[in-house]
Amino acid sequence: MWVWFHKLGSPRYFWGFSQKLMPWLIMACCLAFLIGLPWALVFSPADYQQGETVRIMYIHVPAAMMSMMIYVVMASAGAVNLIWRIKLAELVAAASAPIGASFTLLALITGSLWGKPMWGTWWAWDARLTSELILLFLYLGFIALYNAIEDRRSAGRAAAILALVGVVNIPIIHYSVEWWFTLHQGPTTQGMRVGGSIDPSMRYPLFTMMIAFNLFYVMTLIKRTRTLVLQQERNSGWVREMVGSR
Amino acid sequence: MNWAEFFHMGGYALYVWPVYIVTAVILIANVVIPFRAERRILRDIARNLRRESRDVK
Amino acid sequence: MRPKRKRRLYLVALLLVGVGGAAALALTAFEQNLRYFITPTEIVDGKAPKDRAFRTGGLVKPGTVKRAEDGVTVGFTVTDNVNDTRIAYKGILPDLFREGQGIVANGRMRADGVFVANEVLAKHDENYMPPEVAQSLKQAGAMPEHEMGRKQGNKL
Repeated sequence: MWVWFHKLGSPRYFWGFSQKLMPWLIMACCLAFLIGLPWALVFSPADYQQGETVRIMYIHVPAAMMSMMIYVVMASAGAVNLIWRIKLAELVAAASAPIGASFTLLALITGSLWGKPMWGTWWAWDARLTSELILLFLYLGFIALYNAIEDRRSAGRAAAILALVGVVNIPIIHYSVEWWFTLHQGPTTQGMRVGGSIDPSMRYPLFTMMIAFNLFYVMTLIKRTRTLVLQQERNSGWVREMVGSR
Repeated sequence: MNWAEFFHMGGYALYVWPVYIVTAVILIANVVIPFRAERRILRDIARNLRRESRDVK
Repeated sequence: MRPKRKRRLYLVALLLVGVGGAAALALTAFEQNLRYFITPTEIVDGKAPKDRAFRTGGLVKPGTVKRAEDGVTVGFTVTDNVNDTRIAYKGILPDLFREGQGIVANGRMRADGVFVANEVLAKHDENYMPPEVAQSLKQAGAMPEHEMGRKQGNKL
């Protein structure tokens, strides 16, 4: 297992491996959305309380969960880069940042569109919303820092440190609804369990959309990382050979 | 299926549909941008390779 | 300064301002929430600020919603299942406002003990189910309780 991990750290091996994996990822991702979207929009019931606005949940919840998960991946990859100096880890972190920022923005926008009809306001400075907004700033800060520093190795390390410092925000976002009084309702993740607060007729389409968003992340992460690998390795023998033979 | 009802979203159309539209925009952007970027850099590298082989001659 | 270096300086400065601003935001926003949600019980206990805006809320008590003579002001009572507070509000109520719903109101205490709200928001719970399921739960008396009727304000 570790041997394979080590192999994966080699840009050349990663290129070959990702080349084979991509078509499957694209297919799986499309399939998940093809099933999830109609299920979310048509083949699931309206909520007894929130009516048709519950369909926003099928985007908002997966987006929010991805925004947090991607940050953890980004910080972990940064840590791997800091500790083991694996260059590919730095690229994975850099590639994750814009995707994570996109999902955070999506969570905030869809949350706002959900909040206005249900709560009666587009925004509230409650603990969860505020910490999610801070997450967006952290992502943007990471991207800015990584691009601002000339030396690539220093840039990767500085950005990794920023990501690690900000990781404390993730449990804050998650537990905010339990620790403080918030306008935002309690955790949805518990509701997703069997016997939880989400009815099965809604739990399954939500789960499908979560899978779809996860596959989307992995797919676009690999795509972006491949581009970064090409940029980094453009003068290496294997890249020249590969491009020349196209 | 009643299309009118579907688009009306129980009166919440103004909130539900923008959610899905924004989602489509953000997801599509996150597909188009990296796919184009990879193609661009491959083209770049190929062009440089050709230029190099010409200079050598 | 060389343009590249200037650009980097700006970017790093932007970064610092961003992170600093975010941190300041967090602290003020959280503090506001921590200090300024006062439950009806705390109001009865005299813990409510008399000269400052704050937030209160609870479940809308059935049978207490009345429209005033001016036709615009709405009066209703909220409870945390221990004590009640009367709220007066001029404005549009959220869609989810109804008897038994949890609401959060922003405003001030009036001398006569009525809370004058400038904003009323609905706080719903994390229960999701189709109407038929809700119907049968309610009939069986098994509908899960709203958290605002269970817990007292801050949980910390």
